Amino acid sequence: MTTHSHTHDDHHGHSHDHHGHGGHEAAHGSFKSYMIGFVLSVILTAIPFWLVMADVFDSKSATVAAVMILGAVQIVVHMIYFLHMNTKSEGGWIMMAAIFTIVLVVICLTGSLWVMHHLNANMMTMSPEMMKNMP
Amino acid sequence: MSVTKIDTAEKPQFYLTEEHHPEGSTNLGFWLYIMSDCLIFAILFATYAVVGRNYAAGPSPADLFELPLVAVNTAMLLFSSITYGFAMLQMERGGKAETLFWLAVTAVFGAIFIGLELYEFVNLIHEGAGPQRSAFLSAFFTLVGTHGLHVTFGIVWLLTLMTQVAKHGLVPANKRRLMCLSMFWHFLDVVWIGVFSFVYLMGVVG
Repeated sequence: MTTHSHTHDDHHGHSHDHHGHGGHEAAHGSFKSYMIGFVLSVILTAIPFWLVMADVFDSKSATVAAVMILGAVQIVVHMIYFLHMNTKSEGGWIMMAAIFTIVLVVICLTGSLWVMHHLNANMMTMSPEMMKNMP
Repeated sequence: MSVTKIDTAEKPQFYLTEEHHPEGSTNLGFWLYIMSDCLIFAILFATYAVVGRNYAAGPSPADLFELPLVAVNTAMLLFSSITYGFAMLQMERGGKAETLFWLAVTAVFGAIFIGLELYEFVNLIHEGAGPQRSAFLSAFFTLVGTHGLHVTFGIVWLLTLMTQVAKHGLVPANKRRLMCLSMFWHFLDVVWIGVFSFVYLMGVVG
């Protein structure tokens, strides 16, 4: 990665210096890094599909937990190998924006579920059948 | 004569005469756009999480979703991600024809993805499981439809850039645009991971 960006700098440095190279470094990848990301993604996609389609685990919650964990891992793999995220790109601002967004997403998701769950819990008690028939 | 000289010398300039792109700000700016797009999807995911179990006595995910189709769809999007990566590598090498080839392959995979998704939507609506059937289906169509719309516009953008590259070559402006689309395209794949894990797989598990 370092040698790659170095050659890029050498190649372009004298032709036009107004173009930021520190920023470009973030979007560089190599054939190897793309292939690593691709193979990991295929594995991390195949496992959850197999778990669900072949009904591997007896308990539902185990399957759900496995699917969620594998999904989260695959998102991280994509961010590193396809989106080329690292702590240094754009002076750390890419990472800062991403962390800020993740915090907002977590607040939004857990907040919605939490509030709506309590709203449901404080309504008239419902049987599972009534719950299923809710609009 | 001297008057005109003074005129030209003191003519105020309100704009920069040369194109100026300060230190890679496009990357960060586009990243901020993607993060805001991420919030749109977060809201739609939250909506689905809240109402995704309200079937209104209608069909549930286990009745509706065909996982083999979703698996093929996922593979298409994953393939399109890696072929876009190859296009970017060729762009760095400066191979115009190779870049165009890999971009075309990416567009084909994207089009197959959209085709399969539309096929699924048409089938669902035909079975009477359209967006108006229940809260679950409204949320489902909104979330998956928004993602599909993003991919559709990504393909339009991709074709536009292919024309640009074919016409003007791999000039810095086109490289910058390809870089932005690269982020957009890989981001859509990241969102799809959430969709197939959270909506399809967990929906079928129950």
